[in-house]
Amino acid sequence: MTAPDGAGVATPAPANDPWSLLRNATRARVALGRAGDGLPTARELEFRAAHAVARDAVHTPLDADRVRAALADAGVGLPLVEVHSQAPDRTTYLQRPDLGRRLADGTQLPAGDADLALVLADGLSPRAVHEHAAGTVTAVLERLPGWSVAPLVLAHQARVALGDPVGEALGARIVVVLVGERPGLSSADSLGLYLTHDPRPGRADSERNCISNVRPPHGLSYAQAADTLVALLQAARQLGASGVVLKDEGAALPPGVG
Amino acid sequence: MTVRRSTLGGHTHEFASLSDLLAKATPARSGDVLAGVAAESQAQRVAAQYALADVPLATFLTEQVVGYDEDDVTRLILDTHDAAAFAPVASLTVGGFREWLLARAAERDEAAISGLARGLTPEMVAAVSKLMRNADLVAVARRTRVVTGLRSTLGLPGRLASRLQPNHPTDDAVGVTASILDGLLHGSGDAVIGINPATDSPAQTIALLELVDAVISRYEIPTQSCVLAHVTTTLRALEAGAPVDLVFQSVSGTQAGNRGFGVTLDLLAEARTAALELGRGTVGRNVTYFETGQGSALSADAHHGVDGRAVDQQTLECRAYGVARHFEPLLVNTVVGFIGPEYLYDGKQVVRAGLEDHFCGKLLGLPMGVDVCYTNHTDVDGDDTDTLTLLLGAAGCSFVIAVPGSDDVMLHYQSLSFQDVLTARAVLDLRPAPEFEAWLARMDLLDDAGRVRELAADTPTVRALLAAAG
Repeated sequence: MTAPDGAGVATPAPANDPWSLLRNATRARVALGRAGDGLPTARELEFRAAHAVARDAVHTPLDADRVRAALADAGVGLPLVEVHSQAPDRTTYLQRPDLGRRLADGTQLPAGDADLALVLADGLSPRAVHEHAAGTVTAVLERLPGWSVAPLVLAHQARVALGDPVGEALGARIVVVLVGERPGLSSADSLGLYLTHDPRPGRADSERNCISNVRPPHGLSYAQAADTLVALLQAARQLGASGVVLKDEGAALPPGVG
Repeated sequence: MTVRRSTLGGHTHEFASLSDLLAKATPARSGDVLAGVAAESQAQRVAAQYALADVPLATFLTEQVVGYDEDDVTRLILDTHDAAAFAPVASLTVGGFREWLLARAAERDEAAISGLARGLTPEMVAAVSKLMRNADLVAVARRTRVVTGLRSTLGLPGRLASRLQPNHPTDDAVGVTASILDGLLHGSGDAVIGINPATDSPAQTIALLELVDAVISRYEIPTQSCVLAHVTTTLRALEAGAPVDLVFQSVSGTQAGNRGFGVTLDLLAEARTAALELGRGTVGRNVTYFETGQGSALSADAHHGVDGRAVDQQTLECRAYGVARHFEPLLVNTVVGFIGPEYLYDGKQVVRAGLEDHFCGKLLGLPMGVDVCYTNHTDVDGDDTDTLTLLLGAAGCSFVIAVPGSDDVMLHYQSLSFQDVLTARAVLDLRPAPEFEAWLARMDLLDDAGRVRELAADTPTVRALLAAAG
């Protein structure tokens, strides 16, 4: 028995199978068949395979060398600074989101004055950062001529709100956190982008804007994500704020933002 | 504030308040660590359990965990307390109450246990659960009877119902219908066909209500529908004349938590009244459905009680049941593994919490179901959900939730599959709700032994159903 390609939803049924009516109607795992009261072996293993890929995505360590190499290959010239949250390991990180929002004691970041800081955060899927951070950063920077951008920050055991102390320390007027999203059964490498204007600890989630599911070829492409993000960045700069207020004001924004 | 002490292994442990005692006595879970209230050692935990065992049950009527003046959930609980129902256990301590429950369960005295409900407060029930092992929770819950009904009857002995959850990422009508048919063909849906809408708008809610109502009407299925939109959205649907069987809402154990959900007790009462007026029931008049889950108050920063002290998540969960029971629900379920590892870290914690929630809800008089589920960043898998499901089946759980192939493609988490429900029924000799079972038989979906048949696609029933879907 061969494993399906990727995190496999049920294999499409042959056209002459009446169950294909159900299967073709939804991505849900319908018409799987039965072995007694349980699942057929192939369907059971497909499900386990998808779960295994998702679980591994959560527990894969963030590989800084791999991210550096990807950025270099993409021609991103910004320096990269590594930071850690106060969560010392994955087990602690998963149980203590509060620690993942705070910088480790003694963290040094170059204070400056920048329009924008970009933080690459492992979040719940380091794989998403490995695979999609460099492409996303490249597409965003291409669209921001004239913006001053702080050194890139690669953050280990990080939650979205770690961008607040990072952005503040860097002296950035806006921070965007590129974070690995919680893996789903068929999407283990999804990157989310969170924009916060005037970052500092204590910012509420309602003060952020989010673009989810950056994951070509299945989710948003880098270009689509960057177009939307840049529109949000310009609106946030103009308004001097982000979050719910930006969504409400942002009549010119593409649909589905925020 | 009474300070309580207990000595274990030569060391005296002090517990500054009733909420501190309850928290320290709670079996280990990540959410209580996150809230900073968990026991700091195993010995401290057991010392707290010793001290809690000595607390008279009546203490919970006079000493509050969340203050009476500042919290309407506390007022609801105490103002509706039934002293006559409490009388059989009024003189007992928490430890004595555990023994009383186990003795009545052993005698199979369902009337004695079930008759207590309105005499118990959530804090009493939370307290006794903290002294109970998993098997204690199963043994007592099994002998606690809570029967509810609308168009099917739930909670009868020897039955295990399921909510068919046909969620779709875009609420697509064909996609939702495909999942409904798949569930029905596997004998699921007797508790409710309940959809979490992708968009919480009145128009979308009405469209989904009409879709499920059409399926139920077309095949004359003795069950009910629910679109799990916010209660204010359902009220709008009711005003528009939509076919609303059940008013749904997530509820919390504190007034602040309910504010976070955007609800008040008055709003819930108003919606219930409106749904009752439609008179859509055939076998009963329970028209509300509530979901809860340990950690929801903490995640909303609504977990503080007397003197600003944080309350443990399981006690707060029981207080949510104190809210739910006031509205005579058809269905209540805890969503036990949904909220994440910062509240329940692994399979052991999820199994324990599922059994606690089921026991506590039932003892308080609720038709208790469980969404046996997990997310991918929690250390839980299908083996853990099997364990919990079979234990819940043994405990007489009213219903579980089932989605196609365990994979909720809208909410991105794993719940039970329709096959899991079949397995639990087969292993534990449980049957669907009686009206629904009769319908399955009429549709020729049961074999001679009463089991849900595995159908070939070329049977007349399947052809008819699939033709309807296409």
